[in-house]
Amino acid sequence: MNYGRKVLLARFALIVGAIALLELLCRTGVINPLTLLAPSAMAAAMVQVIASGQVTSDIIRTFSTVAIAFAASVVVGIAAGALLHAIPRLRRAMDPLLASYYAMPFFVFYPVLVAFFGLNAMPLIAIGFAAAMVAMLISTLNGLDRVPPVMLKVARMHRLGRLRTLFLVVVPAAAPSLMTGTKLALAYAFISIIAGEFILSGKGLGYQIAYAYNSFDNRTMYGLMLFVLLVVTVMNSLLHVWEQRLLRRRSRA
Amino acid sequence: MDALPLSEPGANLPAPTVHASLRGVTRIYPGSPPVHALGPIDLDLAKGEFFAVIGPSGCGKSTLLDVLAGLSAASDGQVTFEGKPVAGNVPEGVGVVFQEDASFPWLSVSDNVAFGLRRAGVDPAEIKRRVDYAVGFMGLRDFARAFPMQLSGGMRQRVCIARTLVMQPRLILLDEPFGALDQQTRLLMGDELLRLWRETQATVLLITHALDEAAMLSDRVGAMSARPGRFVDLVETGWPRDRDSTLVAEAGFGALTARLWSHLRAESIKAIGGGRA
Repeated sequence: MNYGRKVLLARFALIVGAIALLELLCRTGVINPLTLLAPSAMAAAMVQVIASGQVTSDIIRTFSTVAIAFAASVVVGIAAGALLHAIPRLRRAMDPLLASYYAMPFFVFYPVLVAFFGLNAMPLIAIGFAAAMVAMLISTLNGLDRVPPVMLKVARMHRLGRLRTLFLVVVPAAAPSLMTGTKLALAYAFISIIAGEFILSGKGLGYQIAYAYNSFDNRTMYGLMLFVLLVVTVMNSLLHVWEQRLLRRRSRA
Repeated sequence: MDALPLSEPGANLPAPTVHASLRGVTRIYPGSPPVHALGPIDLDLAKGEFFAVIGPSGCGKSTLLDVLAGLSAASDGQVTFEGKPVAGNVPEGVGVVFQEDASFPWLSVSDNVAFGLRRAGVDPAEIKRRVDYAVGFMGLRDFARAFPMQLSGGMRQRVCIARTLVMQPRLILLDEPFGALDQQTRLLMGDELLRLWRETQATVLLITHALDEAAMLSDRVGAMSARPGRFVDLVETGWPRDRDSTLVAEAGFGALTARLWSHLRAESIKAIGGGRA
């Protein structure tokens, strides 16, 4: 068995072991079921809540909000990163703002966003976008900084125009950083939108979790939490696999 | 092979055709203060000639190559290739191999080599023929589907040479292509380069900091001064066209490198700011 498989197996055993331990602690009453449901009960609750259809509109709402915020943050983040990279003076002016950007609590702008966009999905899309876009922008800058100048010389040697240089040389060379930015943007969009729904919204999975929590409905709360956790884990794992396939070619076998 | 005497520039060349030329070429990088990197330089490269440039670090060797390749515009003077002016664009027929690893890590060896041909819209069958030939010529046939990071530094550099070779350049510019390799590999790569030069009959300009490499590979060696780089000596090696790295054992080889070093030593001391000579 090679090293990679061993690591994978160890990771799997760790997760299964932790779930089994939790199950045991809950089933034997060491952990009060009012505090935490056993994992098997969580899974059953998740299936039941999802199958009942009572949160289907919330699932659609949350995922569409995340998808819009994520897509917009990737597109705008890459474009803004490329712009800042092309204009060093603008980049120097923006650097302190970017460095301190994540110290800003985005949620304080919610009332202003509601005033601008009204009581719909737009304020949360804006919050998700604000949280995710700068991660994409910074990763784009890092990626463009790391494009070896000699590759641009090769592009010139082959008399490639600007667009072909961008798509055939710059983007592939910066791809690992762009991939990192994409992963971060997805995570930030998810976190900020679920949190936003939890605190501020009247719809969405975050709101449904908060509602179940306030109603002492542990089964629904844990079922939805597990659902969110599974979805985010699957999406990140898919991106991770894609990233690893990309990087495998670039690292010594 | 008999030891060959050193001769003065132009003494043995039979009225060569000028393939590329630089006339009064100067390169000054703007700034405060501006950096006068190169020139004025006058140089004629004969068609099919192998010309090496040596000089102290920072003397403008790479700038000379960039200007000749059209990767950088001369501040003054004129550069021509096959009689046409080179003005800030790489002319068709010029290929460059750089010192740094310039292979694309996201492409396989074959795809790296085919890169320029595909961009130029060459017929796929012709691409395959040229790529197969170049990959085989550079000893990379068993690694055609490998990715650059699975190869050694020398093999990656061969990928870059193959990528240049398939474009069938008439003027090949090499900027310290073996700078990162160990001595043995450099000598062997030098043999491959000589083989390539003979086969393609291209004109070659090699920038190098290695005196033995310059002395072994070239028909003529230009020794440059400390910045701003100018030629302080042009030495004809007089080696036959059919040569290889066994030249290093020739008696004349030592005399040649000694002559080159006599210039380079004084200029290198100037370049590092020393007062001794």
